[in-house]
This record gives sequence, C-alpha cells and structure tokens, in this order.
Amino acid sequence: MVKCSTAGLDASFTALSDATRRGVLEQLGRSDASITDLADKFQMTLAGMMKHVGILEQAGLVTTEKVGRVRTCKLGTRRLDEETAWLEQHRQLWESRFDELDKVVDELKRKEKNNGRKK
Amino acid sequence: MDARSESQPTPTKSRTTVERKSERELVITRTVNGPVRLVFEAWAKPELFAQWWVPKSVGLTLVSCEADVRTGGQYRLVFRCGDSEPMAFFGRYIEVIPQARIVWTNDEAEDAGPVTTVSFEEKGGKTLLVMQELYPSKEALDAELASGAKSCVDETFDQLDDLLLVAA
Repeated sequence: MVKCSTAGLDASFTALSDATRRGVLEQLGRSDASITDLADKFQMTLAGMMKHVGILEQAGLVTTEKVGRVRTCKLGTRRLDEETAWLEQHRQLWESRFDELDKVVDELKRKEKNNGRKK
Repeated sequence: MDARSESQPTPTKSRTTVERKSERELVITRTVNGPVRLVFEAWAKPELFAQWWVPKSVGLTLVSCEADVRTGGQYRLVFRCGDSEPMAFFGRYIEVIPQARIVWTNDEAEDAGPVTTVSFEEKGGKTLLVMQELYPSKEALDAELASGAKSCVDETFDQLDDLLLVAA
C-alpha cells in the first residue's frame, strides 16, 4: 500500500507540473469533455492533447471512456486526494512542532522580561 | 456554536505551510511569535530544542538529545515509540550562522537523507522560518513521502488501550 502510493505521487507530480494539464483538470472540473473539445479549447492538435490526457490518465487524475468514435474524459480524483492527505499530514506534524516552539519562545520572552525587571 | 468554534482552527493557527517545490525539494514555512534572537536560542540549545521538536501529538518520546550546534558540530536524537526499539536520528551541521541559518545533514538514511536548511528572518518582532529539505534525488523524496504515511499512531492507541484496561 505504502509502496503503491510512491509511484502514484511520482506520476501525479509530473502530471501537475505542466500548465496545459492543470488547465485540462480545471476544465474537467467544470464538465466532462471529449479529447476533440479539449484540443479545440487549448488550441492544440488532437495528438498533442491525447498525449497530455494520457499522462493525466497514468497519474490517475483523469479517466477516459471511448464510446463509438468519441473518447470522453472526466476527472479521477483518487491520487490527488492521496497527495493532499500526505502533505496535510506532514503540515500538521510541523504545525504542532512549531506550536510547541512558540510556547518555548513565549517562556523565554517571559524570563527575559522578568530578568529585565530585576535589574 | 461553541462546539463549532472549538473544533475549527483559529486564524492564528494554520500558519505552517508545506510545499513540494521541485522533484527533490520540500519547503516548510512558519512565523514564530518572537524575535530571532530567542527563536534561534530555542533551536540551538539542546535542552530547549528537546522541549518542542517532538510534539506530544506525534506519540514519540525523546529519549536523549545531544546537539553541538556549530559549523562542523554533530547531533544525535534518540526516540522511542511506545515499547518499541529506540530509533536514532543523527547528522552534522554543515553551516551555522547564529540568528540567520542552520544547515544540517540527516545521516541515518545514509545517502538518501536530505540536507535541511532553516533560515531565520525577523519581521516586526516575529521570526519567519523557512525550512528547505533538499533530497539527493527525486526517488529519495518519493520514498520519504511514502514512509511519511507510517506513524506512531497505532502504538499510541495501544498505549491508550493499556491505560483504559488499568483504569477499568
């Protein structure tokens, strides 16, 4: 399970590193679309768009389904959720660590103030 | 109403951000409510460092903490999770500029560990901390991302179970 998600993270970060692919995700967030629709929207060739969608699909961010001649793309959120969860978990660790640091610094400030009064 | 406001983080919380800046780099930022002089002291004095580096919520106990926070100095932290074998984290300080920057290695993972840089910047009596964890390769960071999912939480719940048994 843990090992699986490594490959997933890897593919997702690669997929998200491109502005067009992020745009495609945004578009699919609004509504499902065919490869042709997306190619028109982003003013690129069908082959170019298929390549982008392929990378998003590998990362599990997008799923596609071919009905007749039309391949429809929709958002697949599973991998993205995993990454968001990991980063949030890591953030929480650092948040609680730094919350404790805040307390230690508060204590130092208080001590310094008290020492100042004594002088 | 009260219950809701309690469960939601106050605006002063959530000041910590974590971002994967590149294939092999994580950046963590936080503003600490104190001048850089004191924040650096809390970081560089082992007895103070030991008070905050291992928050209780993580479920780890800090068994020992030795740190010689000088350029070329070394550190060694030993943790225990419940009754498990202690784990040691160690490395050396590549660069220490008082009240400005600390750079250290994480050698327990041999060649896969990151080099961590924390910079201290004072702004209006507060200190902005920017931590960069730079991994030797994309694979090393990916592995870390995966292992980060493991935690001490299960053991903590075991401990809680034991406590409840005793209490009952």
